[in-house]
Amino acid sequence: MTPDFKHTPVIDQVGIEERVARFNTRSIKKETKLLGLKLALNMIDLTTLEGKDTEGKVKQMCYKAMHVSDDLPGLPTVAAVCVYPNHVATAKQVLKDSHVKIASVATAFPSGNSTLNIKLEDTRLAVDSGADEVDMVISRGEFLKGNYNFVFDEIAAIKKACGKARLKVILETGELSTLDNVRKASDIAIHAGADFIKTSTGKIQPAATMPVTLVMLEAIKDHYLKTNVMIGMKPAGGISTAKSALQYLVMLNETLGTKWMTNEWFRFGASSLANDIILQLGKEQKGVYYSKDYISID
Amino acid sequence: MKTEDTITGFDWKYSAAPEAKDHIKLKSQYDLFINGNFVKPNSKKYFATYNPATEEKLAEVAQANAKDVDIAVAAAKNAYDKVWKKMPAKERAKYIFRIARVIQERARELAVIESMDGGKPIRESRDFDVPTAANHFFYYAGWADKLEYAFPNRHPQSLGIAAQIIPWNFPLLMAAWKIAPALATGNTVVLKPAENTPLTALKLAEIIQECELPAGVVNIITGFGDTGAAMVAHPNVNKIAFTGSTDVGKIIQKAIAGTNKKATLELGGKAANIVFDDAPINQAVEGIVNGIFFNQGHVCCAGSRLFVQESVATEVIQKLKARMETLIVGDPLDKNTDIGAINSKEQLDKINDYLKIGSKEGLELFQTSAAIPKKGFYCKPTLFIGAAQSNRVVQEEIFGPVLTIQTFRTIEEVIEKANNIPYGLSAGVWTDKGSKIFNLTSKLRAGVIWANTYNKFDPSSPFGGYKESGFGREGGLHGLMPYLKF
Repeated sequence: MTPDFKHTPVIDQVGIEERVARFNTRSIKKETKLLGLKLALNMIDLTTLEGKDTEGKVKQMCYKAMHVSDDLPGLPTVAAVCVYPNHVATAKQVLKDSHVKIASVATAFPSGNSTLNIKLEDTRLAVDSGADEVDMVISRGEFLKGNYNFVFDEIAAIKKACGKARLKVILETGELSTLDNVRKASDIAIHAGADFIKTSTGKIQPAATMPVTLVMLEAIKDHYLKTNVMIGMKPAGGISTAKSALQYLVMLNETLGTKWMTNEWFRFGASSLANDIILQLGKEQKGVYYSKDYISID
Repeated sequence: MKTEDTITGFDWKYSAAPEAKDHIKLKSQYDLFINGNFVKPNSKKYFATYNPATEEKLAEVAQANAKDVDIAVAAAKNAYDKVWKKMPAKERAKYIFRIARVIQERARELAVIESMDGGKPIRESRDFDVPTAANHFFYYAGWADKLEYAFPNRHPQSLGIAAQIIPWNFPLLMAAWKIAPALATGNTVVLKPAENTPLTALKLAEIIQECELPAGVVNIITGFGDTGAAMVAHPNVNKIAFTGSTDVGKIIQKAIAGTNKKATLELGGKAANIVFDDAPINQAVEGIVNGIFFNQGHVCCAGSRLFVQESVATEVIQKLKARMETLIVGDPLDKNTDIGAINSKEQLDKINDYLKIGSKEGLELFQTSAAIPKKGFYCKPTLFIGAAQSNRVVQEEIFGPVLTIQTFRTIEEVIEKANNIPYGLSAGVWTDKGSKIFNLTSKLRAGVIWANTYNKFDPSSPFGGYKESGFGREGGLHGLMPYLKF
């Protein structure tokens, strides 16, 4: 039932941008805002993906992940932490059996320029070290060459290597140039076995945008309508404010609906978003903004 | 572990987000705006205008009789002969620019009143009606001193007095469409807003007063059909501009037969919105929704007849139904409302009659599941699926949130069916193939054709119909011509 990827559904960019503009006119206030902010916090993959990452940095971030909202009782934790494969074991030490999951990037992140064997090895390292989720990158060069079967087969092979870990497939939409390509890459990833599709590595600009995310959500919706199989979505990079997160949730709510309004099916890949949400939730509870110095920055 | 640690999928309902209306100041009674002042009507009669969302009375407005029309036309003639005709065009332009700027300054007030008086969602009055109205004044202000360049070597001259009658679906915007080109071309105006929605036109009268436009250049009088008839029949009127129903358009045509009066008529429509199998389907669904549910379907160019190619019909209808379920129907002043109140009791009755007719004709009816408010005039977004060309709901203009769906197999078939209607105002085409778009746009008998979008308006773009949708163009360079003689 693999479709012909030379002929995937076409996308009208103007239409997508207009739809996004309309989501952004929704007025999210009071109870709706409170619920939305809590949900957004619960959907965050707290991320550090830098060459200068150390065990210390990873430990601090993992501790923060479990205690992100200690000052404001009744709040959920973030969904997961996201690190490089060699830091998964360290993260596991800190998080142990808490509800915070461990996601690891793999497959020669962020460029994906390596051989399949090395990518598989990278994936196994992450999974064997205790990763619950693997964030792989697709081979954008092969995709742009029109070598769709290569991209498909690679994803399928990594999926197999993931075992029980859930696979998120990063399309790196900032390198795909058109929304038609984003749709095509989404369809390939979904059919090749992705549990989640994800916009970006965070290393390329533009990273996640609402139009790109909408195209991917529509691919997920179309797949669900045909097969009843749910696929998750993760916009990553560039979402740093609570307001922007709420706009993404409006888009999710009105495109995929109730079933997806949980961190099992939607994530934000972000590093500074959590603190802005805490700041806004604090304002909702206490009535005033307090200094950012009260919010830890790990 | 705390129970809050994971949130499971839930129904995220939007809390009420009402636009404030405490800053709105409405008088309890409005008089006629003639010769720069608000004056009592000779009829001594007033009638009420209601909020269709709450059925509450908003204000009373004067009912102009033939004598009042006569006074208004005399004021317009006096202003034309003594002031406006003689004024240098660049001075005229300054007044029009001034009106545009004050509309922008008072945009929030105008948007709220428009939604209160007409029932349209604040999202539309705020983001579409009021800004587009201001843009029309800005656009035509720019033309005022460039008419010689717009029509080189043809020596354009103003006509005199324009009698303008506008509908209830876009009250302020239609006033702008009418007044702006008339003033830019050097004519003076007597304008009558619809009896259901006079308030923003009267606010515009206040704005015109505030802008110190010379007395009598714009006169705004309120009343019913007989007031309009007196305006059309008045011997000193040189030009009629009417937007409204085809029935009234025909009456006007008869009334001015044998006179020298020029006319533009912008009448009904029953537009075909055509979706091909190679279209961007998800965006087409969005365009279908925008085409028929914009302003509760009270749009003369609404895409009210959907034609879907058979190979994608099931998918399109499934997705359309799902999208319609996400539309929020309710309080027009709530910022999250997508579909507001039907403009009047009469219009709601008319729409409900058509719902009965369509059901009786055996069509499959689909309406969204969410409840609509008990008070006020509301209609659920509605589809008639499996419609045929011969169904009455396909042939007649409903002017409400009701879409008929027909399927087609070939391009020849859909062109024939799309044109097989007395109207010809607008159409929509959805396909990824450019050549198909050009093929269709040259064969569809409609004044406006949108490709891969719908309901787009711009002051620089002419708008008007074929056949029983009227004649003459408004907007753009073309919109100047009906107000000029050469």
